[in-house]
Amino acid sequence: MTIGTIETGQAVPVATPTSDPTDGRIDLKALYHETQIDAVLAELDAALIGLKPVKRRIREIAAYLLVDKARRLHGLSAKPPTLHMAFTGNPGTGKTTVALRMASILHRLGYVRKGHLVSVTRDDLVGQYIGHTAPKTKEVLKRAMGGVLFIDEAYYLYRPENEKDYGQEAIEILLQVMENQRDDLVVILAGYGDRMETFFSANPGFRSRITHHIDFPDYEDAELVAIAESLAAAEGYCFDDGARAALAEYVTARRRRPSFANARSMRNAFDRARLRQAMRLFEADSPVDHEALRTITAAEIRASRVFSD
Amino acid sequence: MPRITQGAFSFLPDLSDDQISAQIQYALDQGWAVSLEHTDDPHPRNTYWDMWGTPMFDLKDAAGVMGELKACRTANPESYIRLSAFDSTRGWETVRLAFMVHRPEQEAKFRLERTEGPGRVQHYSVVRA
Repeated sequence: MTIGTIETGQAVPVATPTSDPTDGRIDLKALYHETQIDAVLAELDAALIGLKPVKRRIREIAAYLLVDKARRLHGLSAKPPTLHMAFTGNPGTGKTTVALRMASILHRLGYVRKGHLVSVTRDDLVGQYIGHTAPKTKEVLKRAMGGVLFIDEAYYLYRPENEKDYGQEAIEILLQVMENQRDDLVVILAGYGDRMETFFSANPGFRSRITHHIDFPDYEDAELVAIAESLAAAEGYCFDDGARAALAEYVTARRRRPSFANARSMRNAFDRARLRQAMRLFEADSPVDHEALRTITAAEIRASRVFSD
Repeated sequence: MPRITQGAFSFLPDLSDDQISAQIQYALDQGWAVSLEHTDDPHPRNTYWDMWGTPMFDLKDAAGVMGELKACRTANPESYIRLSAFDSTRGWETVRLAFMVHRPEQEAKFRLERTEGPGRVQHYSVVRA
């Protein structure tokens, strides 16, 4: 089990709005620029390929928070808004990546104090014997205070087939904190759509405490090719034309095979292509130039098992 | 009314929860691990206070410690509670900040006790009154 605490870069001080609330007008656009939220959203647009509905929902949430901030300046809202979210979607559709950005967005808007993301799974929350679960869950919650708690595959917390399962205890503690310490942390639950649906219907407490449900669609073939290219570019590799064509075929073939995991499959494919490229250069036994070192050819992609049957 | 004075800030009026929270945040921002200890025996020579849970590593925000502090106060209202922040940086490896965050309604009283030794030698000790 691993608990990843992922830093979201340097803390950006949340700008205090300069608009005077007494004159009754608050410039939302100025507020928008002051919180530097446009930078995060632009970065989100640039860094994440596809995911249009997700990006739209994040914009909606950002706008809602901005308006809420303005309402606060007017003394209109008393309670902090509920920001707990559920991310549903197939594996590799970018749920964790978006959660990380979400932490940074919420931090800039001043809804979480620190803006770090604590990513956990069932193992990190649920204990192995009686009396083990509560301290474990509380420990994780303490670490997530001031940031975002991301619970991956949240439905594993609830195991209906075993009524003595300790998951229920973790759920109760979580619900209590989600309700009472809304200004201290934001909880994001993530998992596959249908199983999350079962989870929510078995735990109505969660459904009522989560206001934002965001569904992550599968990527299109073209988007997956683009993702592979950007992954490669980030590592200083590029695909030649043959490889690009092979990649498009690879995506179509890979999608039909079991355990297809969208962007994650592309990362794995790229990692294996890298290995084969290294092997080819090594076995060629001739001096390599800059271009050879960074190019992945069609042969590397076509050597994949996906094409073999 | 005697007051037990131990650790930082102990000659000041008791810190409010907001002030405690700000101190904790400072300690966490320095990368120190905060822990809570409590005792019903605040004798200056008693260095062994009971730990309230384990030291809290990897925290980012004071809210987590404040939650533990509230729980500790509820469980031990008649105890002294001390908060210490440990710096694990090589070369320091010691408590960098420690102060009391809770004291009981009725403070413990101590008095000086003199014992006559051989040859009119006086031995002094601080004992609970």
